[in-house]
Amino acid sequence: MLITALSLPEQVALTLSALILLSSFLMLAQTRIDSLINTFALQGVLLFFATVIIAFISGKYDLLISAFLTLALKVIFIPGQLRRLVVRLDIRREIEVIGKPSLIMLFAGGLVLFSYYVALPIRELSLLTTRNTIAISLAVVLIGMLIIISRRKAVAQVVGFMSMENGLFFAAVVSTFGMPMVVELGIAFDVLVAVFLFGVFFFQIRTEIGSLDTDRMNRLTEVEK
Amino acid sequence: MTGWILALVQTLFVVLFAPFLVGWVKWVKCKLQNRQGPAPWQPYRDLLRLSRKQVVLANTASPIFRAAPYVVFGVTVLAASVLPTISTQLPTSSLADVIVLVGFFALARFFLALAGMDVGTAFGGMGSSREVTISSLAEPAMLMTFFTLSMYVSSTNLSSAVAFLSAAHFTLAPSLIFSFMALILVAVAETGRIPIDNPATHLELTMIHEAMILEYSGRHLLLIEWASMLKLTLYSILIVNLIVPWGVSLTLDPHDMAFAALTVLGKVMVLGLLLAIAETVQAKMRLFRAPQYLGVAFILALLGMMSHIILEVQ
Amino acid sequence: MTALACALLSSAFGVLLMSVIGHWRSASRINLGINVVTFGAALFLAVGVFEHGPILSDNKLFYVDAFNVYLILLNAFVGMTTSIFSGPYMAHERELGRVGNKRMRLYHSMFQCFLLTMLIALSTNNLGILWVAIEAATLATVLLVSLYRTHESIEAGWKYFIICGVGISQALFGTILVYFAAAKTVPGHGDGLLWTVLQANAAHMDAGVLALAFVFLLVGYGTKVGLVPLHNWLPDAHSEGPTPMSAILSGLLLNVALYALVRLKMLVDPALGNHLAGSLMMGFALLSFVVAGILLHRQYDVKRMFSYSSIEHMGLMTFAFGMGGPLATFGGLLHMIVHSLTKSAIFVTVGHASHVAGTQVIGKIRGLIRSNPPVGWGLLIGTCAIAGFPPFGVFTSEFLLFTATIKAYPWFVLPLLMGLAVAFAGLFRNVQPMVFGEPPEGQHKVDANMWPVVIHLALVLLLGISIPTFLAQWLNQATIMIVGQGVL
Repeated sequence: MLITALSLPEQVALTLSALILLSSFLMLAQTRIDSLINTFALQGVLLFFATVIIAFISGKYDLLISAFLTLALKVIFIPGQLRRLVVRLDIRREIEVIGKPSLIMLFAGGLVLFSYYVALPIRELSLLTTRNTIAISLAVVLIGMLIIISRRKAVAQVVGFMSMENGLFFAAVVSTFGMPMVVELGIAFDVLVAVFLFGVFFFQIRTEIGSLDTDRMNRLTEVEK
Repeated sequence: MTGWILALVQTLFVVLFAPFLVGWVKWVKCKLQNRQGPAPWQPYRDLLRLSRKQVVLANTASPIFRAAPYVVFGVTVLAASVLPTISTQLPTSSLADVIVLVGFFALARFFLALAGMDVGTAFGGMGSSREVTISSLAEPAMLMTFFTLSMYVSSTNLSSAVAFLSAAHFTLAPSLIFSFMALILVAVAETGRIPIDNPATHLELTMIHEAMILEYSGRHLLLIEWASMLKLTLYSILIVNLIVPWGVSLTLDPHDMAFAALTVLGKVMVLGLLLAIAETVQAKMRLFRAPQYLGVAFILALLGMMSHIILEVQ
Repeated sequence: MTALACALLSSAFGVLLMSVIGHWRSASRINLGINVVTFGAALFLAVGVFEHGPILSDNKLFYVDAFNVYLILLNAFVGMTTSIFSGPYMAHERELGRVGNKRMRLYHSMFQCFLLTMLIALSTNNLGILWVAIEAATLATVLLVSLYRTHESIEAGWKYFIICGVGISQALFGTILVYFAAAKTVPGHGDGLLWTVLQANAAHMDAGVLALAFVFLLVGYGTKVGLVPLHNWLPDAHSEGPTPMSAILSGLLLNVALYALVRLKMLVDPALGNHLAGSLMMGFALLSFVVAGILLHRQYDVKRMFSYSSIEHMGLMTFAFGMGGPLATFGGLLHMIVHSLTKSAIFVTVGHASHVAGTQVIGKIRGLIRSNPPVGWGLLIGTCAIAGFPPFGVFTSEFLLFTATIKAYPWFVLPLLMGLAVAFAGLFRNVQPMVFGEPPEGQHKVDANMWPVVIHLALVLLLGISIPTFLAQWLNQATIMIVGQGVL
């Protein structure tokens, strides 16, 4: 379906989804911890608006609950918690050197194409106007994974992890207008606990290993040293 | 026949307007920085002054050095003539292919770079090398942007693109948003504005465009300066006519075209205002960060194309 | 259903209680008591299902049939026996000063929390809840892995967290795709993740989407099963956490992840109408089996070595379920039981052995049979059992598997046999000097409670000699459910 044939709210939803993808790319390139967290919060905001608009398009108003859950969790709580941790760990000013940034960017572009091909069979089956965005959501998941792989700072890895969650949530919203509420709540609970545990881990890593650089975690190997 | 005359008028209009745009940007910048500053028509005076000056040539200058200003100016004027500035129905519009346009700019840049190296001074060579480095990074992004645009409007012809966009309903297309963002970034780099190059400085560490033309004087310098002003104008027109195509005349009706000329004037001046503001609030980048800046442009262009394929067609 | 509610409630109660009194001297005994209650409830549930067939709760959230009830029982049983071992083990760790009051509370409450999430994962009727519960199990155990707060254990915990988290996210994507495919065929919104509904409509769902979903699910749950190449977290997490946790991780968590995978395969197969899901599983399984067998040789840490053995056996089970067919499935189900029992018994023994020697390094544990005969014998017999010696149950299930393989894919017998031989050599090469050999100075006797080991190994032996009729019937029921026909 051509975009010109869609109604304005649907166009807004598509644009928001493209912006969500852009925010993933921005996260991939962000070297400063605090701006990384801010970009993550921005992605949450975009996700919130996209969900709200899709709720109105589809008439499934229970999606609004998920939307506000996202707002509370992904925009307010998690970034806030991460910011607080970063301040307490005193790593706000740290800048991470990303090896071969342009290569990683191109790789991410490749991931988007890959998601597109993977999502083709789904797209053909669906009748929803949001079906085209399924590929975008998969790409957000995969780029989240790429963030985890390409970063060495534990905090950045966590942001990547959470961004994957964003992608999954978005996938559920656009492909099926949200999961059943009980599952949605369960996932939110898991994410909440995960953030808490990550916080605990940061302090453990800091105390024992001395730095939040995961490159230092190299003691466990197959052979005795 | 009237069509050709109108095309000539349009070209003249653009060529004569170009110095004013540069003067306007400078004037706004001065006001923003709380300086008195020269009047917006100062560039006309400068050009007039240059036309009266004698040409001084280096001993080592070859014919290329002498030919380059004419080639650069000629090619740029040619580009100005094909761009759908006022009407999309001019006879030149069949020439207005985006790839041809990119080719024109590349040709001008090629000769400028050659001329920069021709005399054999250190600055000229350095400027040429920097110019070529930046444009080699900017060009893929620009082409990618144009490809996305062509896919969206199903044509590589700029006139039909503008006609398509102004005839369509308001559509929020992510691919166009990304492409335009990329186009603006590329245009800033290509026209040598802050944060890539600073047109107002002759600081040897940072200058790019100015370094290439240090050896020029008199009418040669006039042509090159005018061509670079024209380039800024052309990019501005391209951007405003693609992003806000409304007002461009779809016919050859003189009434419409006069109105179109006024709207384009207004739009370009607003863009100049925005450019001045942008240049005031940000500082110039280190040269080594230019690849990063253009990388962003490329990624935006890539995202534009991908979101077109993924989101907008079925 | 009351029995299931009892089991869930007693575990949930355990979580809360242990977070308050987990540091008491008697906490381990109370922990055991809770697990006995859970086990009792599971037993009642099992008898009920055995006699009356599958049970579906009124709100459709829980569903218990022959396949999952036997895993519930196995879970409760291993949880119970492991908590017998956990008492003296953790008491010893406390004497060594490796854990304090706060961490004892954490340990006990997370132990219960883990069992609770496993129970939920097994008994739920909702594929989404299944995912949530397995993810919650990761979250519950991640702090247990890093319980000792050493560099290595934190590294292992972080690795476990990130790799499993990333992996399991893929499973969520797969689950979303299943829900998406179901939305086309299943009438009510919100019913599309219920196992009972999905199973009834499986044949009408879109094959392309389900095939895609299964790939994601295989990657996701396969990470938890420990399939190569996503196994990296497993040896680290097993070797660095407290040993009782290694026992339940190896004996329970891996099984539950595999259970999820098999459930989804049951869903995908009728829609696809081909053997794609099975072939994918077989491929990864064979790779895991062979790679783990080889890597066994290179290990220096005894718990790492046995965790590679777990990967190997999980590979074997995945292979069995992937192959399909009644005989292989029956063998796979039996192997789940015997592997859980044997492996948890081995981890219990290894825990004691490492206390005896004061280290987990294989090269430093020597002559257990002289310095500490019960531990030495336990390790020796356990290793024999896990390596697949007759008359133990592992032999029986592997024999069934091989028979099925010869029938269906004769050429695969070769890599399987070679993998088995390699793994066998690797195990004995390392275990033999640990058991025999000359005990070094400084080994001390520990207060080893060998009852769990004895019970587990006796059960495995029993299963090897003759499978009780009711169990055979039961597994047969499960086999019929999974592949449509039984072996008996």
